[in-house]
Amino acid sequence: MAEVLFFIAAIGAVAGAVGTVSLRNPFYAVLALVCHLLALAALFLLLRAEFVAAAQVVVYAGAVMVLYVFVVAYVGGSGEPLSLAGGASLRFASILFALALFVELTIALVGTGLSALETEGAAYTPGFGTPAEVGELFLTKFLVAFEIASLLLLIAAVGAVILARRRAGLGEPDEVSVADVMRSREVTASDAPTGSMLEAAGPPKR
Amino acid sequence: MNLTWYLVVSALIFCIGAGGVLVRRNPLVILLCIELMLNAANLALVGFSRAHGNMEGQMFALIVMVVAACEVAVGLGLIVALFRRRLPIDVDELRELHG
Repeated sequence: MAEVLFFIAAIGAVAGAVGTVSLRNPFYAVLALVCHLLALAALFLLLRAEFVAAAQVVVYAGAVMVLYVFVVAYVGGSGEPLSLAGGASLRFASILFALALFVELTIALVGTGLSALETEGAAYTPGFGTPAEVGELFLTKFLVAFEIASLLLLIAAVGAVILARRRAGLGEPDEVSVADVMRSREVTASDAPTGSMLEAAGPPKR
Repeated sequence: MNLTWYLVVSALIFCIGAGGVLVRRNPLVILLCIELMLNAANLALVGFSRAHGNMEGQMFALIVMVVAACEVAVGLGLIVALFRRRLPIDVDELRELHG
């Protein structure tokens, strides 16, 4: 029974990963990643990590993926152009690198002398992986890591808001900012350097 | 199930993610591929935690999830800032810092 569940979940996880990498539309890539995360939560359950599986579904497949979907909807999930700047040889080299990495990792895993990996794991003790155990460890042995994680979340939230905030002159059509003056016709026509962000942005749209 | 199987699946997902970071050009999809690699590491951590009968690997996996959430928030903020400035959403076009 555990074998069947493992193979179903593993195939789901790998298929979701392949879909994330290969689908052209970013929106479908996000949906494939949600499938991957749900299958991975099943694998965590098979490894008796109940709380990690629950956190995976609630935090990752729930909250973080909603953030992704919102940003894809805002930016516009346009597909990538077919022509590659690096050319087909760069893509071939990348795929070859990934395959070589997989072969190397598999040789290291299969050839390892760790005897614990040939078993189904240590004997199961009651309470392993439950929220009670996790909470106790977080508030005793890993208290510093727990507090630093909360501080890191605060910093990331403030940083994301500052990065994505509406800057003056980019949203309101009534205002004229320095960037717009720089981007006006005379400047861009004569002495804007080629290949710069000014050229990419083009003349102001108003 | 043998724990080696879990680790091989973890290695496979990690390599798919690494290949995706190298191949794709949309920064949104590159962030998704980084998520894949972090999740593969999580699976290996939980697998080793099961092998030793020790909870510490699972705690490590939870902290990795927190760091991944922070990384997503900052990365998506950067992409929204790029979009607001009407820059192309393509890592090959954004070469201002190339020198």
